[in-house]
Amino acid sequence: MPDGGARHRRLVLQPDSLDRLMPMHLHLSAQGRIIGYGPTLKKVAAGRPLIGKSFFEVFLIRRPAGVLTMADLSLRQGTRLYLSLRGREDAEFRALAMPDDGSGMVLNLSFGIAVVDAVRAHGLTDADFAPTDLTVELLYLVEAKHAVLEELKKLNLRLEGARSEAEEQALTDPLTGLCNRRALDVRLAAACRAKTPFGLMHLDLDHFKAVNDTLGHAAGDHVLRVVAEVLRVETRTSDIIARVGGDEFVIVLPGMVDRSALHHVAQRIIAGLRRPIPFEGQACQIGASVGMTVSTQYPVPEAEKMLADADTALYAAKRAGRAQAQMWPHVA
Amino acid sequence: MHGLVNLAMELYLRETFGAQMWHRIAGQAALPFQSFEPLIIYDIALTVAVIDAASALLDRPADAILEDLGTYIVSSASGERLRRLLRFGGVGFRDFLHSLEELPARARLALPDFHLPDMVLTEMAEAEFTLALGAPFGGAGYVMIGLLRAMADDYGALALLEMRAQAGDGDVISIHVLDEGYAAGRRFDLAVGALSRC
Repeated sequence: MPDGGARHRRLVLQPDSLDRLMPMHLHLSAQGRIIGYGPTLKKVAAGRPLIGKSFFEVFLIRRPAGVLTMADLSLRQGTRLYLSLRGREDAEFRALAMPDDGSGMVLNLSFGIAVVDAVRAHGLTDADFAPTDLTVELLYLVEAKHAVLEELKKLNLRLEGARSEAEEQALTDPLTGLCNRRALDVRLAAACRAKTPFGLMHLDLDHFKAVNDTLGHAAGDHVLRVVAEVLRVETRTSDIIARVGGDEFVIVLPGMVDRSALHHVAQRIIAGLRRPIPFEGQACQIGASVGMTVSTQYPVPEAEKMLADADTALYAAKRAGRAQAQMWPHVA
Repeated sequence: MHGLVNLAMELYLRETFGAQMWHRIAGQAALPFQSFEPLIIYDIALTVAVIDAASALLDRPADAILEDLGTYIVSSASGERLRRLLRFGGVGFRDFLHSLEELPARARLALPDFHLPDMVLTEMAEAEFTLALGAPFGGAGYVMIGLLRAMADDYGALALLEMRAQAGDGDVISIHVLDEGYAAGRRFDLAVGALSRC
C-alpha cells in the first residue's frame, strides 16, 4: 500500500512545540480534565489556573448543542465548535477537537469573528499569535479600512458641498436669486403632475429697456434686483418665482386658482412695480404687465400650453395699454 | 501617482513651511487646483513638478526634501495612522525590514489602486541589508530613507541608512542595524486604534 507508511507514522509533539504552533490549544485527558493549554489561552484565562479542571466545567460548548461529555466531543471531532468560558459568555471562541495519540483530545481555539474585541480585551500582541496566523493582518485591515472610510467620508463631504453649490448655481438666476428657466421647467412640470391646482402668471416689465439704454446696465441690474424683491414680498413663500428672460418673470402659485384672488395679487405686483426705483440719485420708472391662467381650465395641465396661454394673455394686457393683468381665455 | 502620496507631500510642505509657501509652490508647479485629494490618481508629472518647485523656492536639494517628507509621513501627528499600519509589519525593526517586501501587497489590501514600488531586501551580512526599490521618479528612494529612519526610531533601533546607487529605474538603499534595542521605542497596541476610532 503506497500510504501504508503514513498510516503507521506517529508524531509526538513536545508541549513547547504545541505552544508555538497552536498558542490557543487545550489538551484534555480521556476523562475530560485539562492537562495542558497554550500560552495565549493562559492570557485569556487571566490568572485562573485551568490544569486539572474539568473542561466541561470551565467551558460551555454552545453550538452544536448537547456536547456534554468526552464521548459527545469525540463524535464531533473534525467539525467546527463554538464555545465560551463559563461566566464570560460574551466572548465566543471557535474550536476544533481531534484525538491525541492516546485516548485524550486536543482542541485548537481561535477568537473567531470577535477577534478585534478579544485582542483589546486581553491586551494581546503579535507574539500571542502563531507567525503563520493571519489575525494580525485582519487587525491591520480593520484599521486600514477605518482610515480609508474616514478619508472617503471627508471626500464625500467636500463633494457634497461642491455639488450643492453647483446645483444652487445651476438652478438659480445669479443676479436676482430667483429660479432660472431650468428650475422653472422642473418645478412647473412637477406642479402639473401634482394634484394641487395652481395659478400661473407671466410678467413682463414695461420700459425696462429704456432704463438699461439711458442709465446703463448697472441701473438695469439694480432694477431687476428690486423687482425680484417686490415679487418675493407680494407672493407667498410657497410660490415659485422664476426669471425666464431679460425682463420676463413667471410665477407659479400652488393652490391659488380663484380668478379674483389672482387678479388681486397681480394688481399688488403691478402697483409695487410702478413705484419709481432710485438708483444713484436717479429715479428709474418701470411698470409691469401680467398674463395669467389657472390649471383647472385644462383637462390635463401641460406646462407648455399653460405658458403659451399666459403669454397670449400677457400680450393682450400689453395691447390694452400696459400696467394691466389679463386672465386666459377672457382676454380683451 | 496616488493622491495619498501627493497629499502627504502637500501636508508636509504646508505644515513645515506654511500655507503661503504651499500656495507659491502650487502656483509655480502650475497645479490646476489648490489641494490634492487623497483618493484620486494624479499624473506623475504633477508630483515631479511640485518637488521641483519646492526645491527651487525653498532653495534646498530635492533629495533632502524627499528624505524629510519620508520622515514626516510617519512621525507627524497626521502620520500616526500610517505609523501604526507600518508597525503591523513586525515586532522589531529587523522583523519590520523583512516585512518590507510584503508592503506593496499590504498597501493593495487596503487600497486596491495604491501601487507602491516593488521592494527587494537582501541580507548582506549580519545586520547589514540592502533594499532595492523600483523608483517611480528620480530620488523616490530618499522618501524611503526618511521613512526607515523614522521607523527605526519608532522601534527604538539604531540604524545607519544610505543611498547606495541610483540606477535608471530604481534606488538601492543600504541599511546597517547597529543596535536593535538602542532605545525604548514607541508603544504599539495591536487593537487600540481599531476600536477607538469609528
